[in-house]
Amino acid sequence: MSWPIFLKYLLVMAGVTYLIRMIPLAAVRGKVKSRFFRSFLYYVPYAVLGAMTFPDVFASTGNLISAIAGTAVALVLGWFEKSLLTVAASACAVAYVVGLFL
Amino acid sequence: MKQYLKGLRHGVPIAVGYLSVSFAFGIQATSSGLTSIQAILISLFNVTSAGQLAGLQLMVSSAGLIEMMLTQLTINLRYALMSLSLSQKLDKTMTLPHRLLLSFCNTDEVFVVASQQPGKVGRAYLYGLTNGPFLGWVLGTGLGALAGGLLPESVTAALGIAIYGMFVAIILPPFRRSRDVRIVIIISVALSCLISLLPLLSFISTGFRIIICAVIASALGAWLMPLPDEPNEDEEVLEA
Repeated sequence: MSWPIFLKYLLVMAGVTYLIRMIPLAAVRGKVKSRFFRSFLYYVPYAVLGAMTFPDVFASTGNLISAIAGTAVALVLGWFEKSLLTVAASACAVAYVVGLFL
Repeated sequence: MKQYLKGLRHGVPIAVGYLSVSFAFGIQATSSGLTSIQAILISLFNVTSAGQLAGLQLMVSSAGLIEMMLTQLTINLRYALMSLSLSQKLDKTMTLPHRLLLSFCNTDEVFVVASQQPGKVGRAYLYGLTNGPFLGWVLGTGLGALAGGLLPESVTAALGIAIYGMFVAIILPPFRRSRDVRIVIIISVALSCLISLLPLLSFISTGFRIIICAVIASALGAWLMPLPDEPNEDEEVLEA
């Protein structure tokens, strides 16, 4: 891709992404007083990751069966609190092996 | 220094996870017509998986800059919630310059790991926590861009699940331990599947879907199962 066009896209992408992350972190210095809002913020990360994972994970390998197999392994290992790396690598390995047979 | 090393240690699994996820991004970027340097620059300045993937697709389809802006805004708006949430956990060492620098690397995984630390977190810990993942993200992109073409498609396809495996590993331990968190996750996942699978609602983009689900599930959680009242501040500092 030609550099002038690429750099324009890059600037917009990176600028917007950074501002979204930076403004709340730089501007909010005090403690949020509202109990509701504090509870809301406590739940946000779990809700976000849940919604990002499902159902998208089932399309992540380009094949539903291998994705389901990988997801199942990730769920079991995650339940037993294995490390991020173990879970991610095992999911990939199982998805790969199952993919070979399809 | 001790806090920095602790952060560094906590960042290692994220870094390795990123290595494989960004590897896939690097492959995709170069096979879409970007040079290796361009692929690396995108990872260097964005440090976000979903946003970069969408951005790449827009670049390739010669989309307008306004569309690029709106897409990034929607997909990445979750970071505003995360930064806001993280702002409540920062100790006094997090002065403005450090907030400006560290917010750059506030990714989903970094945020969740930081949130789960007991008490407050300081800049030493956060620099440690973000350094590895940032390096892994950029390095993986470079490796994927340069060497990705050499791998068989069966391998690169299987790597696509890496990031989700990481997400699952992050949310399952709290899912198992806390009934309240469990309920919030189940609501969010159910809504997300509903929106994705119902043809009537399929006009909702991925970015918006995540925001809608997260806001509804977290608000319900906060309303029905609010956190106990503020613990004593001094106690929190001692714990940290």
